[in-house]
Amino acid sequence: MRKIFLPSLIIVSAIVIVARLFYLQIIDDSFIKKSDNNAIKIRYEYPERGYMYDRNGVLLVANQPSYDVMVIPKDVKDIDTLSFCKLLKIPKEEFIKKLEKAKVYSPRLPSVFLPQLNKKEYAGFQEKIRKFEGFYIQKRSLRDYQVNAAGNVFGYIAQVNDAIIAKNPYYKSGDLIGRQGVEEVYEEFLRGRKGVKYIQKDRFNRDIGSYKEGIYDTVAVQGEDVKLTLDIELQKYGESLMINKRGGIVALEPKTGEILALISAPTYDPALLVGRDRSKNYTKLDQDTLGKPLYDRGLLAEYPPGSPFKIMTGLIGLQEEVIDVNSSFVCRHGFSYGRGAFMKCHDNGTNNLHTGMAHSCNTYFASVFKLTIEKYPKPAYGVDAWSNHLKSFGLGNFMGYDMPAGRKGHIPDSRYYKRWYPNGGWRSSTIISNSIGQGEVSTTPIQLANMMATVANEGYYYTPHIIKKIEGHTIDKKYTTKHVTTVEKQHFKPIIEGLFGVYNEGTGRSLRVEGIDICGKTGTAENFTKINGVRTQLTDHSIFVAFAPKDNPKIAIAVFVENGYWGARWAGPMASLMIEKYLKGTITRTDLEKRMLEGSLEAEYAKVTSGEPFTINK
Amino acid sequence: MKNQSIKNNIDWITIVLFISLVIMGWLNIYSASLPNEETSIFDISQIYGKQILFIILTIPLIFVVLTLDAKTYEKYAFVFYVIGLVSLLGLFIFGKTIKGQTNWYSIGGFTLQPSEFVKTSTSLLLAKYLSDVQVNLKNFKDQIKAFIVMGVPLVLILLHDTGTAMIFVALIFVLFREGLPSWYLWTGFSAIVLFFMALLLEPEYVVIAAIAIILAQFILSRRINRNPIASAVIFVIIVGFTYSVDFVYDNVLEPHQKDRINVLFGKDVNMKAEGYNLNQSMIAIGSGGWFGKGFLEGTQTKGGFVPEQHTDYIFTTVGEEWGFIGAIVVISLFVILLLRIIYLAENQKTKFSRVYGYCVATFLFAHFAVNISMLIRLFPTIGVPLPFFSYGGSSLFAFSILLFIFIKMDANKVNEW
Repeated sequence: MRKIFLPSLIIVSAIVIVARLFYLQIIDDSFIKKSDNNAIKIRYEYPERGYMYDRNGVLLVANQPSYDVMVIPKDVKDIDTLSFCKLLKIPKEEFIKKLEKAKVYSPRLPSVFLPQLNKKEYAGFQEKIRKFEGFYIQKRSLRDYQVNAAGNVFGYIAQVNDAIIAKNPYYKSGDLIGRQGVEEVYEEFLRGRKGVKYIQKDRFNRDIGSYKEGIYDTVAVQGEDVKLTLDIELQKYGESLMINKRGGIVALEPKTGEILALISAPTYDPALLVGRDRSKNYTKLDQDTLGKPLYDRGLLAEYPPGSPFKIMTGLIGLQEEVIDVNSSFVCRHGFSYGRGAFMKCHDNGTNNLHTGMAHSCNTYFASVFKLTIEKYPKPAYGVDAWSNHLKSFGLGNFMGYDMPAGRKGHIPDSRYYKRWYPNGGWRSSTIISNSIGQGEVSTTPIQLANMMATVANEGYYYTPHIIKKIEGHTIDKKYTTKHVTTVEKQHFKPIIEGLFGVYNEGTGRSLRVEGIDICGKTGTAENFTKINGVRTQLTDHSIFVAFAPKDNPKIAIAVFVENGYWGARWAGPMASLMIEKYLKGTITRTDLEKRMLEGSLEAEYAKVTSGEPFTINK
Repeated sequence: MKNQSIKNNIDWITIVLFISLVIMGWLNIYSASLPNEETSIFDISQIYGKQILFIILTIPLIFVVLTLDAKTYEKYAFVFYVIGLVSLLGLFIFGKTIKGQTNWYSIGGFTLQPSEFVKTSTSLLLAKYLSDVQVNLKNFKDQIKAFIVMGVPLVLILLHDTGTAMIFVALIFVLFREGLPSWYLWTGFSAIVLFFMALLLEPEYVVIAAIAIILAQFILSRRINRNPIASAVIFVIIVGFTYSVDFVYDNVLEPHQKDRINVLFGKDVNMKAEGYNLNQSMIAIGSGGWFGKGFLEGTQTKGGFVPEQHTDYIFTTVGEEWGFIGAIVVISLFVILLLRIIYLAENQKTKFSRVYGYCVATFLFAHFAVNISMLIRLFPTIGVPLPFFSYGGSSLFAFSILLFIFIKMDANKVNEW
């Protein structure tokens, strides 16, 4: 026992030590990371972000260099504060405050001490930087917007947040990332790849050379330029038309699904979200809860589509063969669809498909809808057939376009009504409002524009998209895949004639454009808001959808003006001006243009917050 | 005739192990102290250059040790012991203070640490005392005398250097081998466990645990062995000890000693202050992985993050640059060396050389175990070098003398009868 005590103790100790080493060296891998943090400094080289061009090659978004003074608080030692402050022209109190702030963020990690020096300040500071231990210059590139438009399309660039850093190892604290719009969707193309340099440092944090002779270092890869489908002239024009109004305009090229213009009003100058005042400006935009400039109404606003939805009712009626072109219905200022239930109509007389469309007769389309639903043995089957037709036009769901914002809109089906009416008892007449775009249906402006593009194409569409070209890449297949509707081609002709009639003899007579055959449809949508908890009706939304020219459609458009009253009052003229601008390049109807540009609905919008009783639809 | 027998009877296994450790030690010192500019490996202004000088100087030293008559060490053991004590006392007058510890004599640019050599002289006298046929460690009087032989240098060293002094406590293993009653070990072991428990837990819990254990022991033991008085006494001692630990911790321990204990248990440690050394040491070792980062490629080592890396923290370089495999190799070499010395000691013909061999093994073991354990948070930080590995003339000379006296004795055993 006494002889083996010491040998046993030696062996046991050795085993314990080896076990401990095994744990530290093999099992616990946190030390490798700590060691890297400790001894290897990573220096990133940020590539320049790719440019953006419009469909005609006009430069929209470029870059400007910017030099940030960075600080690592724990490395700041006995520097000559006075000369430092003099050089950067900041008071000493500010120096102390900024350093304290950086220290609170992290004493070890770099913080931006003073952002965005200009070239001259940078040159002066660069010369002396050796004397200021703990400070260094980080070159960044900032967006330089060539146009004051399309802020909602471009999106903006911001520092990555912790959630992104945790999810995507590419991003490190302080990196920039595209947010919203094209910047977000095409981030990976635009940003390029940052270069990495590993630098071995000693315990005083001094560089003592390249780590392993730089075998792990990588060179920065330049960001790629993207060409957008946007026509910047059209975009700018649309934005100017929408000044002092709220709403959205979406213009598409029917043949390709390319987005020609995506306007949301009120909008903002994209340059506001660049530079030293970025966060101040962002907060200001974000806190405008009434105008909501950061809210892309073209993509996000779900409104009842109103009368333009009659196009769908008509098309489905034809496809389901419950009507033909000559079917006619008598209208006596309305449609009686049940005991005491009556849908008003401004029209009076007998309408067929053509005149019904031109005069936007509620009675006509309510009758078509009723026949469509009642064609089936049960209303549930009828609604589902109707719903499927609508969905084949891209309604009622996300469309899959390449913008990060979107809403599904709503197209009800039998399941929806079964939930609403669990005991049954719902019939075509219960849901009759859908026939004229009220009731349970809702759409976003881009969905309506796409609906018009589909009508223009007589039965197919391409998913709307903003990307035209990235050099060396083919664009996503989903934007070159044709979506064919369940409504067959031959049924579109009479509808298109009806839409053409809107301009020639119907609700859009006043909006004719010399030399362009426009097909369009007015719309007026009732809407409500809550004021102090009371449901209050507001002035109707003004809606207009159109495409042109009739025979070789080049543009499909949806215009939505909040509280603009009836369709031909605001939305219609704007749509016709947009079409004229796009197809002709110049505007002949300058009086109309002037009225649209200068007109303001601010007084209308002010009613809601005025706190005073107000009247609507005046 | 005698020289002839030395060459033939010397234990080459031990020599090879010794040489391997010294060479490996130097390679790691080289890595740990390599500056960023080009230098010669013999550059005396550099730490690794100095270590080469020390290694070269060790060779004649070894020859002197091997040439002296084996009987000299036994005969003059007491003289060596007294010289050792005098050299320790001399520190009070002539000592040079480095980093707050007055452990060194300064001789022409080089420093000498007498406490390193006192291990040898103490071992010699302890061996001589225990080899006396009249000494029996079962006797309380002889135990006391043995403790005095150990204790006097221990106390003198304790005044300057707690770490090395604690190493001397390990000599109790030698006494145990030579017949010291085992309750000394158990008491010592229990005291250590109790000490840490008292630090980690509230004293009330320790007392409750003690009551439970004593009661269990009392109930489970055979009736005839039950001794209520003894149990009560033990209980009182435990309680007194437990409460005195807090007192000792608060009033006796120096702040840096408290820090080291806190660091060991990871109690609210500031990684930039008291926890820095251990943290950096663990990072260096832990980042080594299976095979290490390669010779001269350790980022922690290159960056000089581990303080005193070439002395007490030299094993961190092994861990970082040679990895788990390298660490196992070094640990194995030490274990084989230690077991070899014990094996040789057990086969000595005289009790003197057996006890001395045991002392050598014990000292080397204590240094080895404490040094590595403190780097990987198994033991509080105690500044002791890793034998043959750490940079330093005193430590290399002293350990070489300590070992080679035994090698000489072992080689000479054919002449014993």
